[in-house]
Amino acid sequence: MSTTEYEGVMELDIEGIEQSALHQVGPTEMETRDLSVWFGHRKVLEGVNISFPKQTVTALIGPSGCGKSTFIRTLNRLHELIPGAALAGAVLYEGQDIYDGDVDPVHIRLKIGMVFQKPNPFPSMTIRGNVLSGLKLSGMKRDNHDDIVEQTLTAAGLWNEVKDRLGNAAGDLSGGQQQRLVIARALAVQPHVLLMDEPCSALDPASTLKIEETIRELSKEVTIIIVTHNMQQAVRVSDYTAFFLAEEGSPGHVVEQGATTEIFGNPQEQRTLDYVNGRFG
Amino acid sequence: MADVSQVERRDLQSAATSHRGDRVFTRTVTGAAFTSLAVLAGIAIFLGIQSIPAFQTQGLSFLTTTGWDINTDPPTVGIFGMLYGSVLLAFIGLVIAVPAAVLLAVFMVFISPPRLSRVLTNLIDLMAAIPSVILGLWAFYILNPTAEQWQVLLNKYLGWIPIFENTSGNFLGTPFIAGFVLAIMMIPIITAVTREVLSRTPPDLINASEALGCSLWTMLRYVALPYGRGGIVGGIMLGLGRALGETIAVFFVLKIVFETNWDKIIESGGGSVATLIVSRFGEVSGPLELQLLLAAGFFLFIMTLIVNVVANLIVSRTGRLQK
Repeated sequence: MSTTEYEGVMELDIEGIEQSALHQVGPTEMETRDLSVWFGHRKVLEGVNISFPKQTVTALIGPSGCGKSTFIRTLNRLHELIPGAALAGAVLYEGQDIYDGDVDPVHIRLKIGMVFQKPNPFPSMTIRGNVLSGLKLSGMKRDNHDDIVEQTLTAAGLWNEVKDRLGNAAGDLSGGQQQRLVIARALAVQPHVLLMDEPCSALDPASTLKIEETIRELSKEVTIIIVTHNMQQAVRVSDYTAFFLAEEGSPGHVVEQGATTEIFGNPQEQRTLDYVNGRFG
Repeated sequence: MADVSQVERRDLQSAATSHRGDRVFTRTVTGAAFTSLAVLAGIAIFLGIQSIPAFQTQGLSFLTTTGWDINTDPPTVGIFGMLYGSVLLAFIGLVIAVPAAVLLAVFMVFISPPRLSRVLTNLIDLMAAIPSVILGLWAFYILNPTAEQWQVLLNKYLGWIPIFENTSGNFLGTPFIAGFVLAIMMIPIITAVTREVLSRTPPDLINASEALGCSLWTMLRYVALPYGRGGIVGGIMLGLGRALGETIAVFFVLKIVFETNWDKIIESGGGSVATLIVSRFGEVSGPLELQLLLAAGFFLFIMTLIVNVVANLIVSRTGRLQK
C-alpha cells in the first residue's frame, strides 16, 4: 500500500454517506469465530462471531459493561496484557488465527492499529515526533519521514492546523486535535485495520464531526472497527453494526448484527429496537 | 441596589483565613517551616564563622592542596584530595547503584507478579533501615576480603585500563570497596523513588505504546523512563546526598591517606571529607586543628547543598518539559 493513497481526503461529502453506507460485501479482512473471553474466572464474552469486510466501517454498540471494549482489545492482542486474561475460539486476520503460537503480537499490533477513548499522544514528544513514534517504537523502517508526516496528518484531517508548528509539543494541541494526531500516529505504520474505542467520547461536537469525516475517508483504505455509545454516530459513520448485550449475570454476546441501515431501520430483535431507540442502556 | 454594593476594591485574602482555627493552624505550620530554615541557616553560619581561621592561615591552598601536617607553623593542611575523594567514592557508588536500582525498579513495576513485588518493596525498605555502622562492620569483615578477590580479577583482566591499575599488590581498603558500600546504601533510596515514579507512568501512554507494537524494552526506553526521568534523577541525587556525607561505613573499609588518589580505584588508600573529620576528631591537637576540621565540614556542607540545588533544578526542568 502506498502512502499517497491518503491524499485528498479533506473534501468530504456528508450527503454522500447515506448512499455509500452499503459497500458491496467485499472480501473479509478479519473475523472472529466462537470467541469467548475471560478475566480470571469471570467470563465476559461468549460465542462472538463477527466478520469485518475489507475497507468498511463496523460499529460495535451496546450498553456499558457488555464487553465491547474487551472485544476490540482481543482483536489486536492487547487483551492478553491484562493479568488473568484468557480466551477461546479464534480471531482470524487474513485467514490466520492471530493467537496461533507462531504469530508475533508486535506484528499484529502494527497491522491492526488502535485509537483509544482518551487522546494519548506522547506528551514529551513533538507533533512530528508523535506521528513517527510508531516507526521508532516498533523499529519499523520507512523512508521519507517528511512525506509520511504530511500524508498521515492530512489523512487525519489535521495537517492544515499544525503544518507550521510540527516541532511544538503535542500537549499544546486541543483534545480533538490530539485525537486526530493519535490517528495519524496509528496510520504511520500503515495498518490494514484501525480499531477505535469510543474515539469521540472525550471530544466536543465539532471535533467529533471532524473525526467522523476522517473515519469515512479512511475507510476507503483501511478496515475500521469502532466502539461507540452514540447511536447517531454509528448511523453516520458505519456500514455494519453489531449490537452487544450482557444480560444480568451472563457474559456479553452479540444480539444482532448486519448492515447499519437494517439494525437501525428494521431490527429483527425487540431488544435491538429498544436499545437503538434509547429505551435502555 | 447601588447603596448596598460596595464599590471599593476589597482584599479577600484575609477573609479567606478568617476562621479562627485556620489562623492558628496556618501560623503553626508557617512557624515550623521557618524553624527548619533557621536551623539550616544556623548550621551554615556556625560552620562559616568557624572556618574563617582556616582561610586566614591557609588561604586558598586549603582547597587546592592535599595534606594534613599540623606540626608546622602555621600547619600545612589542604583538603582537595578529600573533597575529590568524596566525589570519587560517591561516583563509584552511583555507577554500581544506579543500574542495579533502576533495573530492580523496572522488574518490580513491569515484570514481577504483584505479590513478589510487595515482598521486594518491604525487603528493600528494610535494607535502607540497616544502620550504617552495622553495614560498616559487615563490610570490614565480609566484603573487604571478598571484594579483594574481585579486584584481583579486575586487575588481572582489565588492568590495562588505567583505573584498574594496581602496582602495590594491596587490594584492601580501596575506593572501589568504599564505593561498593555506598552503593549498597544508595540502592534502597534510588529503587524506592524509581519504583514510585515508574508505577505512575500513565496507563494511557502504556496503552498507546503497546498498540503501536512496542516491546517492553522500547516502551521503557521511549515512554516510561523519559516520563519518569525527573523523578529518577531526583532519587539518584537523594542517594548521592547520602553517599557524599556518609562517614562511618566508609571509615571502616577505606584506608585513609592524605594524598589525592585520582583514579586508581582498586589501589589501597583514599579519603573523603567525612572520614577525614572522624579520623582526626578524636585526637585533635588544639583549637586550630578543630577549626580546620570544621572548615572541611563547611565545604562538605556546601558541596551537598550544591548537589541538592542541582537536583532540584533538573527535577523541575524535566517536570516542565513533560507538561
